[in-house]
Amino acid sequence: MSDQTKAKKTKTITQQRRLGLILRLILAAVLVIFSIFPVIWIVSASIDPVNNLATQKLIPDNAGFENFRELINNPIFPFFTWLWNSIKISTITTVLTLSLTTMAAFAFSRFRFKGRQELLKTILLVQSFPNLLAIVALFSISKQIGDVFAALGLNTHAGLILVYLGGAMGMNIWLMKGYMDTIPRDIDESAHVDGANDWQVFSKLILPLLRPILVVIGILSFIGTYGEFIIARTLLTKRELQTVMVGLQIYTSGQYTQNWGVFSAGALIAALPIMIIYLVLQDQIVGGLTAGAVKG
Amino acid sequence: MENKNGSIGTVAKKSISSLSSFITTFIIIAVDVLLGYITYQLASMGYIPLTVVFIIIILLISAAFLIPKLSHLRWIVVGLSAWLLFSIFPILFTIYNAFTNYGDGHLISQTQAIEQITNQTYLPETGKAYEWVAYRSDDNDYLLWVKDNEGNTFIARPVESEGETRIFDVVPGENGIGEIDDEGAPVTIEGYTRLNRILAATDQNLTNIKFGDPEKTIQVRSPSEAAELLPLYEYNPDDNTFTNQQTGKIYYNQEGTWTARDGTQLIPGYNAVIGFDNFVEFATSPGLRGPLVTIVTWNFIFAAMSLLLTFSLGLLISVIYGDPHFKGKKLLRSFLIIPYTIPSLITILIWRGMLNPDLGIVNRLLESVLGISPDWFNVPTLARIAILTVNTWLGYPYWMLVTSGALQSIPSDIYEAAEVDGATGFQRFWRITLPLLLVSVGPLMIASFIFNFNNFNLIYIFINGGPPIPTATTTAGYTDIIISYVYNLAFASGRGVQYGYASAISVVLFMLIAVMSLIQFRFTNMWEEVGENV
Repeated sequence: MSDQTKAKKTKTITQQRRLGLILRLILAAVLVIFSIFPVIWIVSASIDPVNNLATQKLIPDNAGFENFRELINNPIFPFFTWLWNSIKISTITTVLTLSLTTMAAFAFSRFRFKGRQELLKTILLVQSFPNLLAIVALFSISKQIGDVFAALGLNTHAGLILVYLGGAMGMNIWLMKGYMDTIPRDIDESAHVDGANDWQVFSKLILPLLRPILVVIGILSFIGTYGEFIIARTLLTKRELQTVMVGLQIYTSGQYTQNWGVFSAGALIAALPIMIIYLVLQDQIVGGLTAGAVKG
Repeated sequence: MENKNGSIGTVAKKSISSLSSFITTFIIIAVDVLLGYITYQLASMGYIPLTVVFIIIILLISAAFLIPKLSHLRWIVVGLSAWLLFSIFPILFTIYNAFTNYGDGHLISQTQAIEQITNQTYLPETGKAYEWVAYRSDDNDYLLWVKDNEGNTFIARPVESEGETRIFDVVPGENGIGEIDDEGAPVTIEGYTRLNRILAATDQNLTNIKFGDPEKTIQVRSPSEAAELLPLYEYNPDDNTFTNQQTGKIYYNQEGTWTARDGTQLIPGYNAVIGFDNFVEFATSPGLRGPLVTIVTWNFIFAAMSLLLTFSLGLLISVIYGDPHFKGKKLLRSFLIIPYTIPSLITILIWRGMLNPDLGIVNRLLESVLGISPDWFNVPTLARIAILTVNTWLGYPYWMLVTSGALQSIPSDIYEAAEVDGATGFQRFWRITLPLLLVSVGPLMIASFIFNFNNFNLIYIFINGGPPIPTATTTAGYTDIIISYVYNLAFASGRGVQYGYASAISVVLFMLIAVMSLIQFRFTNMWEEVGENV
């Protein structure tokens, strides 16, 4: 092969590379537009004072914060109360879910007892039953409990959290147990020899090592609870007790095309905390996803 | 917590340990007392199934803390209790409901139904009669003065009036009663006008109002007579039948509905076990089967297409932008996962606005560029395309993240070997990358299929299953999947609320999901891992 042809070949390869890169960049641009257009669209709607789906423009005339002001000032739709309710319910549910599942996973990972496998299998299988299908039962259980103990019944946040906790076992225990199994048991055994009891082994030795999986399950549990709306809507009927997801749906029911700007402003504020969590912690979340968690 | 090993025997440690076990016992007693109180209250209100669940929970908690052999249960018992109460019990309840007629017209118990039917009355054409005079207030409140044939008189308010004595004697000066005429009827009652014959005859409400107490109800029968109402149905507990006192027709109990030989039914019926009827109806009724075939078919197509589209797009992106030389990979990823970071309810609502056929931005753009305006909400095929588009948008970032992780874990020397053997880029992808990838992400694909199979949020929020299937006898739409169909059946059906039937479909759906989950568990070796000793 002569030097000339070699040079020519290198040149074509470089050209091919360049063409490939350009194509990739164009495709990337298309994909990015596809991905973020709806977000840009509601950002634009939220600052468009027209507040109407039909006449909304991408770059609004007289952009301003009227819609946000409406969110703050409308007493019939207490948006920020809803947002606070959601954050409160999701946080408490997440903390309790983590406590319950970590302890249960510890027992499943470290103790050998009769019925252990059967229980774990049942928990996993039952998890695949969508609790939406049992919503009539959930409603009547909550009602009956509320009839004798009002603090845990219908129209209470505690009652809703309790229902959420009922669905907390399952995949979470599975993920947690799998992670715990990778921690060698020699560690516990040597601690036992030194006189530590199970609780000390769990809290002083195992728990600190669980940080990565706690972060993943915690985030996914928070996001799942935050986004849930059917059970929340069924159990909480008083407007000031509702969650932000139920509330946003109220904005869009009926004449929602007339309320588009306010809805967009609300949607933006409601989505922001979750978007930030995702973008900041995306590496940890990816780890959790590949381990088998599906977003609810 | 007890120190089971007890290897360090210092006095201090012992006293701490006995103190903590004392506190533990104290807490358990307190919890048991609280739960016991709730259980007792539940039992006294007649919520028997829930009472049983609570008793099981109390026994579990007590056993875990009081029986040393079961001490491992302490770690699980709280979660387990919540799980029993809000996962297991609802499922059992749903399965039970599937075998009942629970729903509109059958919401109450047999005792309540008998009571309600026994309270129904009729106005006999003959029988104890009264003379009457009616009084009317400006707010259209009525009073009725009556005199029986023995000359006893009293005044009655309508049965609906709350918090007041409905029957009272005619005493001048009391209850606003003024002078009394020769018959014994008040000439005036404060706040009311006495209706003369003509006014009374032209009053449209008067003959419909029931006066007096529920047990002793009087209604105006004619201009000269009022009469006491009689119970319309007489219950016979021996053969559980009702007899109509007016016509003599007998109503026999048929699976919670009292039905006469000619097919007429009494309302209300009661909540009764009806065996496999719901399942039989589900399988045989043409009106129900029609939409169900459409819905089940679409359910599978929807889940499969969603998986295919999101997986392909996600994989395509991670293959194209996966090579380490591509700069800005991280930035691109941050942009592309944005659809995934927004709670799905919000994005679905945004898409619903954007795809609005008349007002949405998508159609305004299509209109001005291509001159078309597809009706995404009312044409079945277009609605399905819209839903798949939205779901692709929602789901591809997940597969982008998962596949890019999985691709990196494929060892590069396999590719080098393939290159030496002269495989083209396409062959390498098709013969090496894809099979290896499918092995590692296969279980996640099944999980994703199951997730979309039950993707209620998307279907329900986007267009609530619409457009409607015109031939269906129930609320069913072309984009409905089983779970959204069941939800509407239970809560929003045109035929009324039908928990029993909805529960039967839920049970069938649950079995479908259980089979799919078991396949997934096989793939992941979950079952084997469960039993593994680590």
